[in-house]
Amino acid sequence: MRNAYISALYDLARNDKHILALVADNGAIVYDKFRQDFPEQFINFGISEANMVSVAAGLASCGKIPFAYTIACFVTMRAFEQIRNDVCLQKTNVKLVGVGAGFVYSNLGPTHHATKDIAIMRVLPNMTIFSPASPLEARKVTFAAAQVNGPVYIRLATGGTPEIYKNDYEFKVGRGITLKEGTDISIIATGGIIHEVISAVKTLEDSGISVRLINIHTIKPIDKDIILRAAFETGVILTVEEHSILGGLGSLVAEVLLENNTFPIRFKRLGLNDVFPSGYGSYQDMKEMNGLSKNDIIGEVKVLFENKKDKALLLNLNRHKRGVRLWS
Amino acid sequence: MLNLQTKAKELRKAILKTICKGVGGHIPASLSIVEILTALYYNNILNFTPKKTDDPQRDRFILSKGHACVALYAVLADKGFFDKGYLNTFGRRGSILGGHPDMHKIPGIEASTGALGHGFPFGVGIALAGKWDKKNYRVFVLLGDGECQEGSVWEAALFAPQHKLDNLTVIIDYNKLQAMDRLDKIISLDPLFDKWKAFGWEVREVDGHDISELTEILKSVPFVSGKPNLIIAHTIKGKGVSFMENVPIWHFRLPNIEEREKICRELGSDTFEEIPE
Repeated sequence: MRNAYISALYDLARNDKHILALVADNGAIVYDKFRQDFPEQFINFGISEANMVSVAAGLASCGKIPFAYTIACFVTMRAFEQIRNDVCLQKTNVKLVGVGAGFVYSNLGPTHHATKDIAIMRVLPNMTIFSPASPLEARKVTFAAAQVNGPVYIRLATGGTPEIYKNDYEFKVGRGITLKEGTDISIIATGGIIHEVISAVKTLEDSGISVRLINIHTIKPIDKDIILRAAFETGVILTVEEHSILGGLGSLVAEVLLENNTFPIRFKRLGLNDVFPSGYGSYQDMKEMNGLSKNDIIGEVKVLFENKKDKALLLNLNRHKRGVRLWS
Repeated sequence: MLNLQTKAKELRKAILKTICKGVGGHIPASLSIVEILTALYYNNILNFTPKKTDDPQRDRFILSKGHACVALYAVLADKGFFDKGYLNTFGRRGSILGGHPDMHKIPGIEASTGALGHGFPFGVGIALAGKWDKKNYRVFVLLGDGECQEGSVWEAALFAPQHKLDNLTVIIDYNKLQAMDRLDKIISLDPLFDKWKAFGWEVREVDGHDISELTEILKSVPFVSGKPNLIIAHTIKGKGVSFMENVPIWHFRLPNIEEREKICRELGSDTFEEIPE
């Protein structure tokens, strides 16, 4: 995913001299070609994330389009006030890019994990947030970010994320993707963890549960429609994110559901339960140790699915099927 | 011929009038920078056009110590960036002029400062863009001394010499007071000259209330080619109102009626009169 981002940035930089690549002393080797071919469009800020963001804002105020890249927890947290004041408040055209979403840096420990970044970025006005699930999608969001007139945060996993799309698709900012249609339950997920969800869905389908799988590549602005259609057409929703369940995708989906007459929906957020990610090992180990493995997902779905749908929910489902528009 | 001392006094009156009418502001912090702003805006230092605030060739001035904004508002109003009458609305509902400057609302304000330690690196970004684009504009940033306690100031201070930003001049309003007490009782900056020099800046010191000295120094930037410029302006917080000078408690205080009478005796009886539209 990271290499797809850098390759997209390279293509952007080649066509537009205003595009800049900023790093905070990371990206050894992967940025080599960029640095070689566009030396005047690359700066290494050293281990000074806050300075990088403020300077990016100053550069953007002069018409540049800086992409400020470093590890996700550092770019969002070390420089949070800078993002809030210099980027969002002043609406400067800065693109923040965080690599290492979730706990994908699986043997580095929680200081290097990003499991609160969605929560704190989405509370900032004027911020657009992309959370791609695969290399192809990372490329698309990078191009989309350059088109957005204003602050953007892109949440990347890292190198080695598998591709989930067999074919190209039309990317639209704020429009979720239904990866798989289904009728019994909807799983709404974001980012690299989708690969694990896809695994789980295969097993669930084999056991006779029809799962709708939705990929949210744009956290902000959120695609309300795709969420509500899932609510009214399937009646059961599980959100999955490599992030705290507080304030991330799950909270966002809950907000949409509750304000749009979907009660009594069956709903659960799966993610980190207000804890720091724990342990070391491979990325797969981390998923298993932190409740985000394929089996955890399957387990949650089965629990949700077993609870019978009650009368009011079924009533809503039927009205929706008859074409009654239940939300605006 | 413009008498700059008179202009400075006028600006001081405007600051007091504006803040007292707006029911709250940072009087002494604004008073200490008056001569610095007078030199920059009235003595042919900054290249600007009030009616053309987006001129890409303009020099930029950034008030990183944003809480002293009323001093800048007084200058911008006087220079015609916006109508003088707006000063009467400072801090009030519907006003464009608030306790910290908003770049989207006020012509002539280059950055929405207020949180300390932001305006300086923002200015660094503008200077960097200027170097890359081979533009001739200069960037002037006014830092508070207390502001130098923020870590982000030192990140920027490391960065600018690395990138040889000699189109950047930082002026420190060294009034040696902060909100609660003298700096040396809280976090001392001394030796300030040596610190900035060690970081790679070309440093000068100046009497921050001597307009000719300030002008001479400002006219001679860049001091050394390839190095960013740092001017330590020794100032007095609250300068111009005798009982406010060097007294920490005045940081965010408003004068009462008696105190206003004293101010009128020092600066002029029209100090608190409303500004004509």
